[in-house]
Amino acid sequence: MQRTLSLRAGILSLALLALILLGWQVAVSGSARTEVMDPEYAALMGQTATTGKSAMPGPLDVGATIWKHLKDPFYDRGPNDKGIGVQLAYSIGRVALGYGLAVLVAIPVGFLIGMSPLMSRALDPYIQILKPVSPLAWMPLALYTIKDSSLSAIFVIFICSVWPMLINTVFGVAGTRKEWLNVARTLEVSPIRRAFTVILPAAAPTILTGMRISIGIAWLVIVAAEMLVGGTGIGYFVWNEWNNLSITNVITSILVIGLVGMVLDQLLARAQRLVTFPE
Amino acid sequence: MSKLLPFARRAGRSAPATAEAGTSRMSTSEKFISIEGIARRYPAPGGTTTTIFENLWLPMRRGEFVCMIGHSGCGKTTVLNILAGLDAPSEGVVIVDGQAITGTSLDRAVIFQGHALLPWRSVLGNVAYAVSSRWRKAGRAEIEARARKAIATVGLAGSEHKRPSELSGGMKQRVGIARALAIEPKILLMDEPFSALDALTRGTLQDEVRRICVETGQTVFMITHDVDEAIYLADRIVLMTNGPEAKVAEIVENPLPKARDRTQLHHAPGYYALRNHLIDFLVTRSRTLRDAMPEGYDSRHPPTVRPSLSEADAAAIAAEPPAKRA
Repeated sequence: MQRTLSLRAGILSLALLALILLGWQVAVSGSARTEVMDPEYAALMGQTATTGKSAMPGPLDVGATIWKHLKDPFYDRGPNDKGIGVQLAYSIGRVALGYGLAVLVAIPVGFLIGMSPLMSRALDPYIQILKPVSPLAWMPLALYTIKDSSLSAIFVIFICSVWPMLINTVFGVAGTRKEWLNVARTLEVSPIRRAFTVILPAAAPTILTGMRISIGIAWLVIVAAEMLVGGTGIGYFVWNEWNNLSITNVITSILVIGLVGMVLDQLLARAQRLVTFPE
Repeated sequence: MSKLLPFARRAGRSAPATAEAGTSRMSTSEKFISIEGIARRYPAPGGTTTTIFENLWLPMRRGEFVCMIGHSGCGKTTVLNILAGLDAPSEGVVIVDGQAITGTSLDRAVIFQGHALLPWRSVLGNVAYAVSSRWRKAGRAEIEARARKAIATVGLAGSEHKRPSELSGGMKQRVGIARALAIEPKILLMDEPFSALDALTRGTLQDEVRRICVETGQTVFMITHDVDEAIYLADRIVLMTNGPEAKVAEIVENPLPKARDRTQLHHAPGYYALRNHLIDFLVTRSRTLRDAMPEGYDSRHPPTVRPSLSEADAAAIAAEPPAKRA
């Protein structure tokens, strides 16, 4: 039953893909009306005006571009011509740094807040006010204080990843069952050992949920941040290709961004399954 | 020493139960645990305080099995938590082995009502966690050996690597017992440990606990709702009046011989007198005694009662060598 269901779902997925690709091809292959114009003027105009060809690439064009990128993802021919693999590596590197810093800050601070009702109350207004701020709003402040665009992008990733992790850690830590804490108390377990052997495992599933939300947000924000700071990264690549009017490359990057985002999410989903305990 | 208690006359049963009552004070040297005048109060709305209980005195001997019975809200669990060190009394002290307790201790193991196993650890992991807390410098092999021994004691050998979620309720509580026993505590504290189990499992576990406690001479303080459980397990049964402002109404000495057989227990002389006495208490006297304690009641020395049905029973008990008695 389960197998036939996944088989049927797979067939339906493929059918949908075929339908989308077909619709896409049909939509871009129709030729528009062409105007008679002066040949010199026509030379300045694109193919859309002269031959009626759509500026929107078809699936075959995009497929060819993807193949070209896949064949040689890591070339580097100067600032404006780097392989998509190189650009992705820059983005993933920034996300890893910013996200890693956020883990290092959010989890210990979350522990502190979760274990102390006083800290929880005292810090709550800050968290409530800073949490809804768009991470890009921090960008000017980051650029002014850090004076380095690449580091500023990392800071923006840090600030957007920190909140879901912090809030989930606080929630998970504060929600540790009293009976488990009582077990640790009757066994005279030291506070440090208690934190690592009781509270951390108890809160781990909740913390991992926060980490999974954070990585999703971080991957969303890196594209926008790199569009702003420029230079390198997949976000910059998208913006650069838009300036080059290479819609095929823009579509290619959309697919690649989606793919990487999915992989990152699945990695954390797997980690989450590892720490989840059945009751 | 033999005098009729006022309640027995008032009740006016067709076969009037007699009860020996007395204070039979424990000498200071006998007291292994001594609850001395503890009170627990909580702030109530309106700036007043609610007193769950106050001026509660209770001595316990080494190796004694004491059950506390009372209705919900009489503060039984609070008394146990204070003994465990998980809660602090508002007044008074608890002295264990000559020292006032200041908090939790590995000498006082708790078996929790809801087993409280750590679900991310295996059976062995849960017990080993307790063992490694007790013997911090012990090697891995020693910890595992001790944990395995405790698991075998409760009859769970072979299930060491199962997770708590894979165990039935009875098996989980066995792990809870193994975890408590593994640290070789001076006192075992049990908070209605079997109340969530079905009758059959409960009976088996009571047998196990009784066997282990008799074999090891463990001092046990247990809270229960179950009169039969108290009769089967306890040497002395502490009766609490209804709360708030609960009191120790009396301490019932279990007249049944220490060697008890579950299947023959209800034929033992004095069994029904004891059971009726306890049930009468829970049904009516736990309420009436809260409102008015009999004259001469001294909360520091609550009356000790030894219910017996007939003179034949009393004679049968008296004929037994005292050493065999509780």
